[in-house]
Amino acid sequence: MWSNLPLFPARASTLAGHVDALYFLLVAVTAFFTILIAALILIFAIRFRKQKHPVAKQIHGSNALELTWTIIPLGISMIFFVWGAAIYFTETRPPKDSMEVYVVAKQWMWKFEHTEGQREIDELHVPEGRDVRLIMTSQDVIHSFFVPAFRVKADVLPGRYTSTWFHATKPGRYHLFCSQYCGTAHSSMVGWVVVMTPGAYQQWASTGTDGSLASTGEKYFQQYGCSTCHRSDSQGRGPNLVGIFGKPVLLDDGRTVVADESYIRESILNPEAKVVSGFKPIMPTFQGQIDEEGLVALVAYIKGLGNGMANPPMPVNNPEKAPYPVPPKPEASQATPSAK
Amino acid sequence: MASAAITQDEKTNYLNADYGIKSWLLTTDHKRIALLYLISITMFFFLGGFFAMLIRLELLTPAGDLVTSDTYNKLFTMHGIVMVFLFLIPAVPTVLGNFLVPMMIGAKDLAFPKLNLASWYVYMLGGGWVLYAIITGGVDTGWTFYTPYSTTFSNTNVVAAAVGIFIAGFSSIFTGINFIVTIHRMRAPGLTWRRLPLFIWSNYATSVIMVLGTPVLAITLLLVAAERLFHLGIFNAQLGGDPLLFQHLFWFYSHPAVYIMILPGMGVISEVVTCFSRKRVFGYDFVALASICIAVLGFLVWAHHMFVAGISVYAAMVFSLLTFFVAIPSAVKVFNWIATMYQGSISFETPMLYAFGFIGLFTMGGMTGLFLGSLGIDVHVHDTYFVVAHFHYVMVGGMVMAYMCGLHFWWPKITGKMYPEGWAKLSALLTFVGFNLTFFPQFILGYMGMPRRYHAYPPEFQVLNVLSTAGASVLAVGYVLPMIYFVWSLRYGQDAGPNPWRAAGLEWMTSSPPPTSNFETTPVVTWEAYNYDEIDKQQEVPVAS
Repeated sequence: MWSNLPLFPARASTLAGHVDALYFLLVAVTAFFTILIAALILIFAIRFRKQKHPVAKQIHGSNALELTWTIIPLGISMIFFVWGAAIYFTETRPPKDSMEVYVVAKQWMWKFEHTEGQREIDELHVPEGRDVRLIMTSQDVIHSFFVPAFRVKADVLPGRYTSTWFHATKPGRYHLFCSQYCGTAHSSMVGWVVVMTPGAYQQWASTGTDGSLASTGEKYFQQYGCSTCHRSDSQGRGPNLVGIFGKPVLLDDGRTVVADESYIRESILNPEAKVVSGFKPIMPTFQGQIDEEGLVALVAYIKGLGNGMANPPMPVNNPEKAPYPVPPKPEASQATPSAK
Repeated sequence: MASAAITQDEKTNYLNADYGIKSWLLTTDHKRIALLYLISITMFFFLGGFFAMLIRLELLTPAGDLVTSDTYNKLFTMHGIVMVFLFLIPAVPTVLGNFLVPMMIGAKDLAFPKLNLASWYVYMLGGGWVLYAIITGGVDTGWTFYTPYSTTFSNTNVVAAAVGIFIAGFSSIFTGINFIVTIHRMRAPGLTWRRLPLFIWSNYATSVIMVLGTPVLAITLLLVAAERLFHLGIFNAQLGGDPLLFQHLFWFYSHPAVYIMILPGMGVISEVVTCFSRKRVFGYDFVALASICIAVLGFLVWAHHMFVAGISVYAAMVFSLLTFFVAIPSAVKVFNWIATMYQGSISFETPMLYAFGFIGLFTMGGMTGLFLGSLGIDVHVHDTYFVVAHFHYVMVGGMVMAYMCGLHFWWPKITGKMYPEGWAKLSALLTFVGFNLTFFPQFILGYMGMPRRYHAYPPEFQVLNVLSTAGASVLAVGYVLPMIYFVWSLRYGQDAGPNPWRAAGLEWMTSSPPPTSNFETTPVVTWEAYNYDEIDKQQEVPVAS
């Protein structure tokens, strides 16, 4: 047991060094003030003990001193604030060209879906030296994705996507913990992040898949009949989805939202929440019909539309034979997209 | 001693004024109600401590082998619920505050004596309800009741526990209202706001938080119960709710609740440090103002519990900044206590030793709070043992230390008896050493990445966990010892006399134990608080009679 006593976590991401540097400064300042206060108590206790100093000298206070010990700690703490905020800002903004992995958490396992099509459970393989962005959601309760060696943590919530990123710097196996209490087997919701050299990762990523995540998404896109309305020739009852990802979308109430992963997910499950300007709110909800993994595949597919990563939907189906019940709205049949 | 005992017995005091169970259960005397609270919260303290002991025993080995995962989850949940809601929050206000607030301001009782008794009954009803939830199977949500786990997924007694806490919350509100009105309306002639003991200021600030914050907790728990029972879709994303809404509401109360716990403790330390330094407090206005600043700023930092929960980057930055601001008044208090010792005439009776322990541990607790307030660090240590260590340094190292300090300081006043000083000093020392051994290793564990609420953990974390468990056993001795010698002192302790510490403050100017009406005649105050120079000039300690 004694031979195995590490006192500091491995440092395996670009961020880890920055977090540790601030941590060491905080440790130093804490040690300084704790020792200062302990020393003052000790010195005063000895110098002014009753036996040696029988009569206390009354002092009412000193505004100068009060100001001093208000302003100095405030100044020092502002260093911690600014530095900490700077790190957080980096932590929450993934670099633009990050490789993406989708994470679906559930009681009590981690599922990872690579865009190349690999699927993993409780183990995540990533290459060294690349920015990796995780797009995460939960099927049930709140979980939290925590890799101490990367100094990275982000809660994984049901009903929305959260995201975090890291840039691994050292090959190895690192603990992955769920750090948000999630029920009975919370402490078994652990796994490993395996950082591989780029070559080894390339090899790993090219074996044993039956198509990319986007191609799985394409299958769902056909299967659920999305392609009947969301036609790539802009003649469908729903907006053309080719190239929309990451672009601002004008809504029918005049607001503009960016079509990110969360927007796409919401539009599938709750289509009436944010209707694109010029379209009728006729799309039925797919709540309860597609699970989180299916949604992830659909999101990956729609993201790939227009940047060459995915095939555009083929407008082969007759709109009259929509595979889902068309909402019984009188204007539904004559609904045609028209710009405002 | 025998003759002293006889003269003491001849005097009627609040303890011997009436006998029989009815005279206690129907009393409206704030001192008797304080004792009812003392007995009840002590029971809950040891119940919560028992759960803690089982947690530490389980964590002795990496595998989850002593209890099942479900049992472990219930243990840390019930440890948290019992300790936070039934011990830490009520402890200082309802025991020491109840006893001392009227006495320190020269009043005969609190403004609403019946409301005071009602608060105890409400507390007992709430506590009993929580006990019922525990006995009939327990709760496993963590004391934080995070949704949607608590509303949809847990199959334990969530509603019963929430109802218990909901009810107990009203006793906080009753006590808060009582203190606010009493402090405003019932101060003795001449006792102006700036002559008030700092214990009164800090209890005043605490009462304001209780009255403003507790209703929000009550509403939040009702919503949890409602969603659980009627599937309303407030917090459950599948029904269109927002799980983060719960966290906002919960921490809107539960962060200020931290200040409900620590502020009255800070008041105790101000009383004790001045007494055993024989000095006026350094910078009275600043210490008093710091309490008010903490109460106000404490309401504006709740989202620092949510930095990794998916809130906006800019919101996180604002809450981080405000968190650093709230640290400043606490630092000001620490510096003022130390400056109070300067040029004092210091002696080292038990309460002073506890106060030293408090200042040291609270400093550590406060400084490690800066780590958590700093966004970049918080992302790494959030929900790890670092957080567990931090809040135990503040809650146990700070608040429980201050509570023990106050109990030792006013025990002679409450009971009229002295406890054995040697044993008491030993318990102060054991508490300090045991506490550090228990919780310091947890800082290291946290930075290494051990998440909190883990039933089993990777083997490399074992050594530090063993140290922590060893420390907990020392700490337990430090808490059991006072139980024994306090009870012992009731029968065998020396008579304390009205003012064994030659302390300032109106509560010391009456006999010990005090008469039911506290003072034979209403005192008139013509001096500042902590007038130790005047007291030490006199041969006899003045008794207002």
